[in-house]
Amino acid sequence: MIRRIDRTGRWVDGEPDLAAVDDLVAGAVRSPRTRRSWLVAAALAGLGVLALALAVFGVFWWYVGIWGVDTPVYWGIAITSFVWWVGIAHAGTLISAILLLAEQPWRRSINRFAEAMTLFAIACAGMYPLLHLGRPELFYWLLPYPNTYGYWPQFLSPLVWDFFAIATYGTVSLMFWYVGLVPDLATMRDRSTGLRARVYGLFALGWRGSARHWERHQTAYLLLAGLATTLVVSVHTIVSFDFAVAQLPGWHTTVFPPYFVAGAIFSGFAMVLTLLIPVRAWLGLQSFVTARHLDYCARLMLTAGLVVAYGYAAELFFGWYSGDPHERELVASHLHGRSAPLFWLIVGLNVVLPQSLWWRGARRSTAWLFGLSIAVNLGMWLERWLIVISSLEHGLLPTTGGDYWPTFWDWLTLVGTLGFFAFFMLLFLRFVPAIALYELRELVADRPRRGA
Amino acid sequence: MSGLRGLLAEFVGAGDVLAATRAARRAGYVALDVFSPYPVAGVAEALAFRSRLSRVTFVAGLLGGAAMFLFQGWVHAIDWQLDIGGRRPFAAPAFIVPTFEVTILAAALATVFAMFIRNGLPRLHHPLFSVPAFERASRDRFFLFIGADDPKFAAPAVRTFLASLAPLEVHDVPR
Repeated sequence: MIRRIDRTGRWVDGEPDLAAVDDLVAGAVRSPRTRRSWLVAAALAGLGVLALALAVFGVFWWYVGIWGVDTPVYWGIAITSFVWWVGIAHAGTLISAILLLAEQPWRRSINRFAEAMTLFAIACAGMYPLLHLGRPELFYWLLPYPNTYGYWPQFLSPLVWDFFAIATYGTVSLMFWYVGLVPDLATMRDRSTGLRARVYGLFALGWRGSARHWERHQTAYLLLAGLATTLVVSVHTIVSFDFAVAQLPGWHTTVFPPYFVAGAIFSGFAMVLTLLIPVRAWLGLQSFVTARHLDYCARLMLTAGLVVAYGYAAELFFGWYSGDPHERELVASHLHGRSAPLFWLIVGLNVVLPQSLWWRGARRSTAWLFGLSIAVNLGMWLERWLIVISSLEHGLLPTTGGDYWPTFWDWLTLVGTLGFFAFFMLLFLRFVPAIALYELRELVADRPRRGA
Repeated sequence: MSGLRGLLAEFVGAGDVLAATRAARRAGYVALDVFSPYPVAGVAEALAFRSRLSRVTFVAGLLGGAAMFLFQGWVHAIDWQLDIGGRRPFAAPAFIVPTFEVTILAAALATVFAMFIRNGLPRLHHPLFSVPAFERASRDRFFLFIGADDPKFAAPAVRTFLASLAPLEVHDVPR
């Protein structure tokens, strides 16, 4: 099989050989250089995990009454954050699945990292609806299992669809990540000694790099990529059904599925950049995650951002064009009413600022990209606030409106999931190679040798 | 002779091991395997090996999806009829979403499990691991293995043959 050598060569700076690749990437795992800073970061993130434990304890003990949710705003920032976290997950799946099928060599340096982000973001997302159930300890009632009450889940409900979508997404993402990880765990096993080698060896399942094993592994990986590709577009579509199927102004619109998917990829790439920019410097991986990689992420972010901008425009237009007085009131509220400050802030963060990415200088400035990615993360969280909370506050009639503000417990849950996410990302960076080693080896081995 | 599982030739480059594999096939050896730190393009073809995993994926997806669709129909049309907005009990369009999700889930689970089972993994210990140099199969070295179960296997002849392929070294793999 002939690979496109001239296209693969550009994605690694310098001329490392196979051993140098291993030493740089596998050496960054448990590197003594980052030990102290890792401990500090992990301790801070650990505080976040404690905050989450407290927040979860609160909900189990006193139930959702401790959150700010009340008639008519039944869904508070728990659902805002749920949608936000699921959205973030999508970029990882897009990088690892769609870019694999599209034979984009640059994904090889960032797919492992982005998949880990996906996995932990789904874990954070999945907590919210379960905690929001009212009786979170009975979450398993969502599963279709034979029981003495003789009931089943109500399969016509988007909330049940959502459960299936998130459960499938989480499981497939975990398998995808692990299947890719097995050969690299074997590398870690062979580089380590003693107990550490045994632990890595256990998780490497005895991988030995046989050509037949590789063939099946690569076939399985490709098949999983094909399956996961359908999830990139379906999961947030199904999340959007939670809203679009309801009659509420601001929710009941057909543009929601594509608009949610674009928003998911948009915010996901923002999170990839937020994490990748500091981590590549921290672990010293700039020769594999180059400025060009960030540039390409920024381009995809801009593309998704344009679809999001179209979504905003379509939502406003169809709100007006529907002729429905309630929809028109909501549009007026967004443009120059009660929700206008929030709406225009979101437009500034998600539509205006990302237009800077048309310029190469902006895409190549890590400082600008980092700042912008945080702005977009914030903007997308606020956008979900606008969709979830402002729509519920507005309601169908002035008499059915209401106000919502999150309580201490709401914020604690959000801070807690951020800490949880950071903590598991840190564990990931400390114990497994942050870049898929075998994919990187292929990339390096395919490079044209100078003078060869 | 009986203490030998096979012989292992160590190479520096992917191209070398690919050429050696083809030479071994031409020489009539069949109990061959290649070990490499990344999937080397062309080696599977040289070993005349093809993965048939995609059939597993297809069948599992089909079965999973069909089972979920019929299950939902059974739940709402037969076992537990509910009037949901006046929709008919067998509300096929609404069943599509869980059907789709379970199709993907079943296909993915079956693919991964079939891949590991067909590869004979997990198998935490293997005679190859007792060759010290084999550690670098997960790093930067490429190995061609000729098993003692090959009908043409005779240790001295195979050792000479492997040495003729210009490897870095030829290792004995004990049983």
